[in-house]
Amino acid sequence: MVRSVTSFGRSGLSDWLLQRFSAIVLALYTLFIVGVLLFTPDMSYEQWSGLFAQEWVKIFTLLTVLSIVIHAWIGLWTVGTDYLPKVWLRLLYQSAVLLVLFVYLIATVRALWGF
Amino acid sequence: MSQLTVSLYRYNPESDQKPRMQEFQLDLPEGKDLMVLDVLALLKEQDTSITYRRSCREGVCGSDGMNISGKNGLACITSLSQVVKNNKLVLRPLPGLPVIRDLVVDMSLFYKQYERIQPYLINNSPVPSIERLQSPEDRAKLDGLYECILCACCSTSCPSFWWNPEKFVGPAGLLQAWRFLADSRDQATEERLAKLDDPFSVFRCRGIMNCVNVCPKGLNPTKAIGHIRSMLLKQAT
Repeated sequence: MVRSVTSFGRSGLSDWLLQRFSAIVLALYTLFIVGVLLFTPDMSYEQWSGLFAQEWVKIFTLLTVLSIVIHAWIGLWTVGTDYLPKVWLRLLYQSAVLLVLFVYLIATVRALWGF
Repeated sequence: MSQLTVSLYRYNPESDQKPRMQEFQLDLPEGKDLMVLDVLALLKEQDTSITYRRSCREGVCGSDGMNISGKNGLACITSLSQVVKNNKLVLRPLPGLPVIRDLVVDMSLFYKQYERIQPYLINNSPVPSIERLQSPEDRAKLDGLYECILCACCSTSCPSFWWNPEKFVGPAGLLQAWRFLADSRDQATEERLAKLDDPFSVFRCRGIMNCVNVCPKGLNPTKAIGHIRSMLLKQAT
C-alpha cells in the first residue's frame, strides 16, 4: 500500500470511479449546452438568463462545476505526481491548481445565485 | 554479404562521464536471418568490452531484454528482418532503469515491485497428502498469466513505471498479482486487494497498452489490470 495524502479520495479506486462519474456529468452538460445553442441560434440575453433562472439548470450547472473540480483535481494531481519529482514544486503546483478550482467554484455559485 | 550498421549504447561507469552511442559495421552472411543476439555475439568478437546479459538464447530465461530499434524485446528471439530498417540497427538498454554497463540494467526496482505483490500461493489450510487440487476450469484461468518470464520488457516500456518505479507495481508485477488473485487455491484475496487500493500501485496504469505491444510472450497485462480493478470494485461497492 502506497500512502498518499494529497489525492482526492485517498483511494485509487474511489478516484478512478469519481473520474468516470464526473466525466459522464461533463458529457451530459456539454450535450445540454450544445443542444440549447443549436436549437436557439439567435439567443437573446433574456432567453439566456431565463434559461439560467430555472432552478434545475442552476443545480445541473453547479453539479457540472463540482464535477470539473473533482475531475480536474484527480487528473492534474496524477500529472503532477508523474512529472514533478521535486516535493516543493509539486506542492506549489497542487496549491495553484486547488486555488484555481476554488475560484471556479465560487465564481459559479456567485453567477448562479448572485450573492 | 550485406552490410549492417549497428548503433550501440555504450556506458562504462569506471571510464565514461556519460553514455554514448558507438557505431559498428558488420558483414552479414547472405540468405540467413540472424537474431539480434547473434549480432551482439559478432560485435563482441570485434570488441570484447561490449557487455550484455544472455543465457538460454531461446526466449525462455528473459535475460536479454533490451530496446531494439526503439522497441523493447528479447534479442534472442527478435530477428533482424523484424527490426532492421535501411540496414541500421539501434541497440539500447531497457529504458527507465539505471544502467550498470552498456546494455546491462539494474533490475532491483523491478524485482522489488514483483516481491511486493507476494508472488506465491498463500493458503493456510492443512496441506493435503498429495496436492491441492484444482478443476480444469480453474486451472485454465491461469493461462496467459503464468507464462511471464520477468524479462521486464513491459514494465520498462511503461511511462507510469518510468515516473513512479517505487510506487507503481508495473505491468509485469500486476500480471502476477492477478495470477495469484485468480488462483482458486489462494486464500489471501482480501489481503492482496487491500494492498493494491491506493492511487499508485494499480491505478497509475492509464491503459496505453505499451506493455501488450512489447511482451515477447504475447501476454496481456492491461487485461489483467482491468480484472484487478473490477475485483476491487466488486469488493468495495
